[in-house]
Parts: sequence; structure tokens; C-alpha cells
Amino acid sequence: MTTMVAEDSGGATEYILHHQTFLSNKAPHGIVDFSVVNYDTVFFSVLLAAVFFGLFWLVARKATAGVPGKVQNFVELIVSFVDTQVRDTFHGSSRLIAPLALTIFCWVWLFNFMDLVPVDLLPWAARGAGLEHLKVVPSTDLNATFALSLTVFVLIIFYSVKMKGLVGFVSEFVLQPFRVKNVFLQIPLSLVNLVLESVTFLARPVSLALRLYGNLYAGEMIFLLLAALTLSVGFENLHSVGGAVGTVLGVIAQAILGFIWAGFHVLIITLQAFIFMVLTIVYLSMAHEHH
Amino acid sequence: MNINLTLIVQMLVFATLVFAVMKWVWPVILGAMEERERRIAEGLAAAEKGEEALAAARGQADAIIREARERAGQIIDHAQHRANDLVEQAKGTASTEGARLIAAAHQQIELDTTHARESLRREVAGIAVDAAAKLLGREIDAQKHADLLDRLAAEV
Repeated sequence: MTTMVAEDSGGATEYILHHQTFLSNKAPHGIVDFSVVNYDTVFFSVLLAAVFFGLFWLVARKATAGVPGKVQNFVELIVSFVDTQVRDTFHGSSRLIAPLALTIFCWVWLFNFMDLVPVDLLPWAARGAGLEHLKVVPSTDLNATFALSLTVFVLIIFYSVKMKGLVGFVSEFVLQPFRVKNVFLQIPLSLVNLVLESVTFLARPVSLALRLYGNLYAGEMIFLLLAALTLSVGFENLHSVGGAVGTVLGVIAQAILGFIWAGFHVLIITLQAFIFMVLTIVYLSMAHEHH
Repeated sequence: MNINLTLIVQMLVFATLVFAVMKWVWPVILGAMEERERRIAEGLAAAEKGEEALAAARGQADAIIREARERAGQIIDHAQHRANDLVEQAKGTASTEGARLIAAAHQQIELDTTHARESLRREVAGIAVDAAAKLLGREIDAQKHADLLDRLAAEV
């Protein structure tokens, strides 16, 4: 699965850079370029959305209040887990938050799970189909993680204004954390408050998106490094006995190291999906609360 | 790594997915789970009620059995008394009847004895008359000597 190392004889750097390139309509210019679309991210996230929604919808269609089947049991396990999390944190009534949390948890988990697919398997298949680049893990695309966090951010603003009114929402920025009875003293303090609260507020979507992206980017990078380093000897050395032995040892080493890292990574991908969900619930419940 | 149109597309996909889950998945599955919870609670309550009813029925059954046992005892006592009475009565009847039969037999025997004695007396008187007639050589007039004969018979 790591034959690309040998084929891209430019070495580990080129191998990794190759894996970091999206399948897009054209090469992007600069940090922000809204004429570019990453087909691979959109394709895999829509595919995973279909997997998630398909499974849950099929179960929902046949859902019985009697004895549940194995699939229904599994789905109910996830639903009740999410429901518990929402009930523990969010005390208002909202028809949106629980389904939102479920969607985030499952969708992000599936994003992350793509990281456990052998790093070269799908790009190799894509190359067979004539596609030069393919990034299969949507959560290693900042666009995907920011899409989630910005949607949550929009909901935070929407619910804050809805529950507290525009005045209440704005006053939270200037009246906390420092509040005094003296009006003249409050004015400079409010400026400080505004800076602090704005940073806190804006940090939410950024930290949500970057935390997920960073963890998954790093995880994928480890897989790439394991693949690149253990097989850097390459298959072109197979004609010599020493080279062949090195290659075999490299394959074995990669299998063992990849397995160990995948074991850790299972925990990381679940934890990151969970953190994204819980923080979303927390932020939205804060938006619902009056101070 | 750059921010591009993918961001907008992903937000639309996400919003659609959340909407679909909110509309067609979450309420249905949670509804089924809550319905099951309700059914289980009802089942447990019914089971508890059933157990209480069973205990009550057991108590009632015990009472009925105790009463039935008492009645049965009474009936047996009564029957025993009645049987004793009947035996006593039968014994009484039997002894009376026996006494009566014995008395009747005694009477019969006496009567028979008297009859036998009477006829024997007559026979003896006849024999005596016959003997006397033979001795006297003539007929004794039975009519004439009836009183004599009677006195004779009484003496025998």
C-alpha cells in the first residue's frame, strides 16, 4: 500500500506533500480562494453523511418500541449516549440541539474514521481511476472543520439573540466579567470587558475547528511518516539480497507500528468527535442561559 | 492549506444533514425508546399489582381452606355422634326385641306345656276310665261320671 514511496522516488518529503494535496478543480492561490472546491472533501463528507443518515434513517423507519434488533440496539445506544450528554448540560428545551449533537458526533467520528483506512489505499485506487490526488479524511481539511464550527457559531449567535434579545446579547460583552456600581468606572471596565469577551467569543469556533483539524492532521501525519520512513528503502532495492531483507523488515515494521498507532488513534478520533459534540452543547446551552 | 468554496458547500451539507436528522431520525428513535420505557414501567407496575393480588388471593384461599377444614371437622364430629347414637339406638332396639322374643318364646313354651299337660291329662283320664271300665266290666257313662273324670284328671 505504500508503493508510492518507491514510485515517487523524490523521497519522504514529496510523498508527504503529495498526500497533503487536495483533489480540487484548480490549484488555490493564497490562503483564501473561493473559486476553489476540494472535490475529495465534499465527496467523502457527503458519502459519510449518507452512511450515517442511511443507517439511522433505516433504523428509524423500522423502529419498534418492542424488543429492538441488533442494529436498532446499536443506534439506540448512540442516541441515548448523546441524549444523556445533552440532558446533563443543556436544561432548556430545544428540538435542535440533541439532533445537532448526534449529527456532529457521528459525522465527525466517521470523518475521523477515514484516517484508519490505510493511508495509501484510496489514493492508490484513485490513481488507478486517473485522479492524481485524493485526501480521504474530511477532518484534515480546514474547510470541513470550519464549516462545522462556523455553523455552530451561527447557531450560538442566533440562540443568544433569540433568548436574550439583541440588547441582552450585546450587554454580555460589556458587563462581564468586570462590573461595578459606579457608572464612570464602568465605562473603562466595559472596554476591557469588550476585548476579553470578544476574544472568548471568537475563540470558540476557531478553537473548535482547529482542535479537530490539528489532532486529525497530526494523526494522519504519523501514519504518513510511518509509511515513508519504514519503506524509504523502497522496492527498487529488491534486486539485492540486503535490499530485499530491508524491504521485508520495513513492511513488518510498518505493519507493527501502524497497528500500534491505529490503536491509539481509535481513542483519539472518538475523543475528538466527543469533544466537538460536548463543546457544541456547552456553547449552545450558554447561549440559552441568562446571566 | 487554504479556505475556499468547500467551506460553504460543507456548511450547506451540514445544515441539510442536521435538518434531516432532526426531522426524520431523532424524534422517531427517541420516541420508540421512550415508548419502550413507558411500556416497561407499566409492565413492572402490573407485575407488582399482580403480585399483590396473588398475595391477597393466597390469604383468601388460606382462609377458605381453614374454614373448610373446620366445617369438615364439625361434619365428622357430627357424623360420629350420629353413628354412636344409631349404634346405641340399634343396641337398645335389639335388646328390647330380644327380650320380647324371649318372652314370647317363654309364653309359647308355657302354653305348649299347658296344652301338652291338658291332653296328657285327658289321655290319662281316658286310660283310667278304660281301665276302670275293664275292671268293672261295664261301660262307664262318660256323661254321668264326667265330674269324676275331671277330678281324676286334675289329680294326675
